[in-house]
Amino acid sequence: MAVCVAVIAKENYPLYIKTLPNENELKFHYTVHTSLDVIEERIHSVSKNTNDLRELYLGLLYPTEDYKVYGYVTNSRIKFIIVIESTNATIRDNEIRSMFRKLHNAYTDMVCNPFYTNGDIIEST
Amino acid sequence: MVSVGDLPEELIARPQALVVLTGIDIVHNAEHLRIWDAFSNNRRPDRVPIQFKMLPGDHDYLKLKQKKTAYDWVIPKGILKTNWMRKHLHDVPAVVVVFFELDWDEQLWNERKQACATFVEVVRTALHGRQTRAAVVLIQKNAPLPPGEDVVAADRATQLCNACELSAKALFVLPNSDHLLGYVIRLENAFYELAQAYYHHESRVVKAHRDHLNKTTHALLFVRHQFKVAFYNELKQDSHTALKHYRQAYLHLHELRITDYNLLEIKTNSCIVNFKICKLCFEHNTPLDAISQFRRHVDIYKSKIGTADLAFEHSAWMSKQFAVFGDLFEEAIRAGLTAIQTQHPGFYYQEAARYAIARKQLCRGLCPAELKYPASDPLAEADKMEYYGQRPWRQGHQSLEAPSVQKEREGIQALQYRECQVDHSWLVIPLLSSAIAQFKKYKSPRMKRYLVVQMGEEYYHAKDYSKALALLGRVTWEYRSERWWSILTNILQLSLRCAYLVMSFEEYVTVSIELMGRYAQVPREEKIRIQMNLHKIFQDEVPEPEHGCEHDSVEKGRALWTTISAGGKSRSPIVVEMNSITAFVECKACFTADSFLCESPVTVKLGLHSFAPMPIRFSQLSVRFSNEAYNQFGIVVDENAVDDPIESTSYLKPGQTLWHTFQFIVEQDDVDCNLSIAGVDLVLGSLEGCCATLRWTDGGGDAIVHPFATQVHRKKVALNADFSVVSWDVLPSNYSTHISPREANLDVQLLQKGPALVNEFYLMTVSITNTEVAQISNVRTSISVVTAVADAVATAQPNTFLYEDIDLPCSQLISMPLLEELKPNQKVDNVAYVRCVDSGARLMCIQVSYQIPIDISGKMSMCNCMKEITSSIEVCEPFNITVSLTNMKVC
Repeated sequence: MAVCVAVIAKENYPLYIKTLPNENELKFHYTVHTSLDVIEERIHSVSKNTNDLRELYLGLLYPTEDYKVYGYVTNSRIKFIIVIESTNATIRDNEIRSMFRKLHNAYTDMVCNPFYTNGDIIEST
Repeated sequence: MVSVGDLPEELIARPQALVVLTGIDIVHNAEHLRIWDAFSNNRRPDRVPIQFKMLPGDHDYLKLKQKKTAYDWVIPKGILKTNWMRKHLHDVPAVVVVFFELDWDEQLWNERKQACATFVEVVRTALHGRQTRAAVVLIQKNAPLPPGEDVVAADRATQLCNACELSAKALFVLPNSDHLLGYVIRLENAFYELAQAYYHHESRVVKAHRDHLNKTTHALLFVRHQFKVAFYNELKQDSHTALKHYRQAYLHLHELRITDYNLLEIKTNSCIVNFKICKLCFEHNTPLDAISQFRRHVDIYKSKIGTADLAFEHSAWMSKQFAVFGDLFEEAIRAGLTAIQTQHPGFYYQEAARYAIARKQLCRGLCPAELKYPASDPLAEADKMEYYGQRPWRQGHQSLEAPSVQKEREGIQALQYRECQVDHSWLVIPLLSSAIAQFKKYKSPRMKRYLVVQMGEEYYHAKDYSKALALLGRVTWEYRSERWWSILTNILQLSLRCAYLVMSFEEYVTVSIELMGRYAQVPREEKIRIQMNLHKIFQDEVPEPEHGCEHDSVEKGRALWTTISAGGKSRSPIVVEMNSITAFVECKACFTADSFLCESPVTVKLGLHSFAPMPIRFSQLSVRFSNEAYNQFGIVVDENAVDDPIESTSYLKPGQTLWHTFQFIVEQDDVDCNLSIAGVDLVLGSLEGCCATLRWTDGGGDAIVHPFATQVHRKKVALNADFSVVSWDVLPSNYSTHISPREANLDVQLLQKGPALVNEFYLMTVSITNTEVAQISNVRTSISVVTAVADAVATAQPNTFLYEDIDLPCSQLISMPLLEELKPNQKVDNVAYVRCVDSGARLMCIQVSYQIPIDISGKMSMCNCMKEITSSIEVCEPFNITVSLTNMKVC
């Protein structure tokens, strides 16, 4: 299970961050924020090549001591970030990919909602 | 004092073979000095890696230990001896070279030969039976003849070798001539080979011990011997074999049984071996091997904390590991390795800092506050231990239980005492700054900012509050612009504490204002408390201290605040720049229209919205315009006392918007210009006493939060709508407007008759009729020629001249005489002449300006108006002469 999930807008501010309730939230905020560095670097380096088959799933960003951070960027530069504990070795790449796909679907559903204006903070029950 | 995790110096330097030169007397003999210099100075990296030492001939080398034939009764007391590496790097040479002055054509050959032989014998005895190679170098005056030609030399050489019991390969000749350096380099290579042979022999000796060992009793020796073999191989400069043996040593280390008592020894030794492995991997250009080795090393030891009372030691050790690896990595990068954004020394420094912070916290938690150093001084021998990593009070002890529980307790107490004396923050801060430098190099700005925040926290713990405040202030704007509110709130709370403790009035007020704002993620009670403190400040009282500060710092801070407020002098008023923070009060100012006529009053609406939890009163509101003359119209002053709950125009209730409208007439100088709001100033606190001016530039608005084009999607609110029903967020902020001049109501015509002829003084009449209702005055007329751009390029000289009168000189612009007044419907004519030297059309521009009194909200003032018309004049040639020849014949 993921320890923290975040949705970041195109301008790099958080639309939605949720962590497991008994964890240190501030630490995860920082982890997600700093992993944006790596995402930005990947986006900019890929955009120099041709853009036709740009992979949305960015994979493992960098392994910190205790956590693994995975990233995913949509075509409209919305970023999804999932943080998983390193000790949880049973989670495989495929499972992460499917988690991101579900997130992406949920996000597109939300954008289709006529009451949602672009750029608002996402509130979810 | 050697602390946990420190690496011995012998380990860090690159091992070089040791060669001792004897028989050289540099004090009395200049030639010898030259020879010694050639060997020892200027050791560039392309020369063989040998360390040369000069010792007298009868120097007593360390006694060789008795070689063991059988290991049955040997119980090892430790893994690695501390003096072993030093011994082989500095004390026990691989080769001893005897320098002797002896020529082949020496007269007293036999005597000298004997003297040389005795010298060598002396050296051999001094070596006490070690296998160090001996060599003899004959310093000669003449250059040697090519081999094979000098029979005498060859003969004498064999005699000398027999006398000294040397092999023929160990005898060398050094002629004292000009090519000294060349000979010296050849000698060095020869010595190098001898040294390599010696080390090879030694490592074989150690390997031979293996047959005598068994795993149960001699487990430590396995490690020791592998280490020794590897070290010898390093001295031999065979780093690949060395690496292989170091890895073996590492594996053997992990076969050892770990208890609480030997954990430190195992950790210390494994950190030594790990260091060597990583260093060699980097040198062999396999950084991934080094990284994976380090990762494995850290993973194995991460959970092995050891005695719970000394858990800080484990954190210190882990921190050291990461720092050392970071240093190794950095060295490798300097030697040419390239690192990438996700794998560079910065991560390791960051982890080192993290463990150092954990160490500090563990120390605070585990070490009792009043601790005394035990009288028995268990750490007396910490610097002179025999084996690496053992505890000073039980050296050499290898059994599973401690010899004396009392001694253990004292030892732990001594270590805890020592730990309390360590200034932890100053260990963390350099690590953090190295990490910051690395992340900056590899373009990770956010990680860098995070580390700056951590460094700020460390300065706070180190009680350097102003530095902490400076660091935190540098990063807040970035988090604010990226809108990470929870992180920003955390930083602001820390800043508030620091500002309180150093009594930085401006910072304190600024941070309080921001923490009361709507984006700060503090609970409401906290906001109320901050507001109360702010209130107290403006009334010259001392605010309450912040939570979570150290007790004595709070006392100092409180003293600072009381001295200032008790001194009677108010603090100098401060200015807070509101555009760069998200405060509790937001201001939006807008002109009610995009342009105004000069005779209608300009209206400005100013709204203030408060997000503070409780009502607040401000004492003055002033609007500043681009033309400062209007500033006087935009002031609202509140005379009530600050804590008076009377509602007035300056009393801001939470969640409410307060609107002020200002109206004024523009001056004539500003007609046809843009008028803009330069800024809005809001004063909190009493004007006579302590106050803070909140300054917005450009009419406020929320540039931080909504600078993006997200507002494009929102419906634009019309500027003259009723603002009280519109929600605060969508209100526009229009801070610039245009003053358009009054339309001139005048009829101006250029009367002319017929086309003008070239070079004719053509008469033009300007006719002005006043069609205004009132009388106008100060009528100024001017005529000028409009030069189209193409004309100006084509003709260098002007081709049109204007004259007021025929006798007067020409000019490009004619101003008609001033007319004092013109009654309504009155007409006036002015004449002017124009002379053109080219044909074509000309454009004349006539400008008429005048003043008319107008009534602006009950006041009469003069308004400037201007009317401009252009009229064209056709110029043609008067005569057109053509000539045609009808008949060529002359008749």
